[in-house]
Amino acid sequence: MTSLLNVEDLVKNFGGLTAVSDVNMHLDDDELVALIGPNGAGKTTLFNLLTGVIVPSSGSITFRGTDGTISLNGMKAYKIANLGMARTFQNIRLFKELSVLDNVLIAMTAHYKEDFFQSVFRLPRFYKTESQIRKEAIELLKIFELQNDLDKLAKNLPYGIQRRLEIVRGLAMKPKVLFLDEPAAGMNPEETADLTRLIRQVQRDFHITVLLIEHDMSLVMNLASRIYVLDHGSLLAEGTPTEIQQNKAVIKAYLGEEA
Amino acid sequence: MILKANWKYNLCWLILMVAGFYLMNTLILVGIINSFLENMMVTIGINIILAVGLNLVIGFAGQFSLGHAGFMAVGAYATAIMISKTPTAGTFYISIIVGVIVAIIAALVVGIPTLRLRGDYLAIATMGAAEIIRIIINNLKITNGPSGMFNIPQFATWPVVYIMVCVTTIIIVNFIHSRGGRAALAVREDEIAAESMGINVFKWKLAAFVLGAATAAVAGSMQASYLQTIAPSNFNIMESIAILIIVVLGGVGSITGSFVAAGILGVVDAALQNFGALRMVIYALVLILIMIFKPSGIMGATELSFKRLFNRKNKKVGAKS
Repeated sequence: MTSLLNVEDLVKNFGGLTAVSDVNMHLDDDELVALIGPNGAGKTTLFNLLTGVIVPSSGSITFRGTDGTISLNGMKAYKIANLGMARTFQNIRLFKELSVLDNVLIAMTAHYKEDFFQSVFRLPRFYKTESQIRKEAIELLKIFELQNDLDKLAKNLPYGIQRRLEIVRGLAMKPKVLFLDEPAAGMNPEETADLTRLIRQVQRDFHITVLLIEHDMSLVMNLASRIYVLDHGSLLAEGTPTEIQQNKAVIKAYLGEEA
Repeated sequence: MILKANWKYNLCWLILMVAGFYLMNTLILVGIINSFLENMMVTIGINIILAVGLNLVIGFAGQFSLGHAGFMAVGAYATAIMISKTPTAGTFYISIIVGVIVAIIAALVVGIPTLRLRGDYLAIATMGAAEIIRIIINNLKITNGPSGMFNIPQFATWPVVYIMVCVTTIIIVNFIHSRGGRAALAVREDEIAAESMGINVFKWKLAAFVLGAATAAVAGSMQASYLQTIAPSNFNIMESIAILIIVVLGGVGSITGSFVAAGILGVVDAALQNFGALRMVIYALVLILIMIFKPSGIMGATELSFKRLFNRKNKKVGAKS
């Protein structure tokens, strides 16, 4: 069986700058993979390529969907998302002025239908769909202990909870892959420990593949089964946490040349 | 479950609408509302339809459109032309639907290329599109060119306008509180995040834009048949800006605000009829003062909500016991 997500010879140039060059990687079902690398290594660019926010210069990205393998090259971001790819953002992008519940309901948009006339004239069918979808959203929020904040505006939540809500919002899309862009950024050690538990729980209970960008090495080494190391846009190493910790090239990239 | 919880609020709204209708009716019968005041009320009603529609586009979908008067013109001329030819009530109602359909087509033609733009660029492009509509009307024979149309039969009496205000508002408010409306809100809040949630950003922008245009056409139909005379110059950029003023003054993102602002401006405008040249100065001063002391608009982003009123009462009762 092919991998869930396959990336071959991916290149992205911004003018004369090659942000991502010849990256090959793959994600399998139900695994937790980390993507690390120094600042400016091209990690977020790679995320944006995978989720369709930007279009690759060359190379291919393929995704194993329900009916065969699909090429994601040049596909619109919302279509890629609806194939089953959810993401969070490095600088939280919740719908700030909307309630916690609405944030989750919006993420479910593609998973239910409401006829225009039904909703505008409030036919019984509308109330049925609406109560069902709300129930589903609240159920999900309950799992992450957010059921008491349903009507709070997203911007009024504490930082750590906002991060958590962003993950819940991603899960509401019923994804096959969840991309987490620096989920622990700006968190204190206690919050990071909470987050580690949360990601483990997500992966265990929802059986999804997680790709994680993170600088916090304790988190990465704790969680990831495989690690990709990116430096100056190209892949430096790939392996288990133990392998990566002993890899000379990786140590050099992070700490510089030995004197 | 939601059905049961909501019938109470829906009933309240229904009672409010019916009560408003009978209040108006009685006041006209006993002569408190004379024809001058009735004229003012109808103008307010038409402005409410326009402002609520534009508020959907600007306040809820976050698309800064300056072309609302163009779609209003489409509705106005559809009605004017049709009922001038065959002056029956039936034709009048069909003409409203025709106006809405033509406005929807116009909104699609305008929206598909322009909604890819953002902010100021979108405002300029929609303004241009509305001018194109106006200039086309200005140069057609069927619309009687720049001199406009006169003696249009009056079918849009105040009850018709009242009902249209209710219908268009119900449609827009219900749209906002549904799947489509939430998607539009997501687009307003953060396009990139919305897109990554699987929301077709362009589609929902267009949906809100088209729905706003359709209600503007209804307002146009009302105006043509109530005032009985229209000219292309009624639908120039100043009209679009006048509608925008109502939206901003009431509160961008508050339907209640659009109602309140349309009401206040309508009353101020009518009260200043006798002041001649001073009228526009005072009108402008009112706008400046409100913007200084309440920059988010009269209502901000809050709405009149029976749900909240009930909840507050319940909380008070709960606190006592």
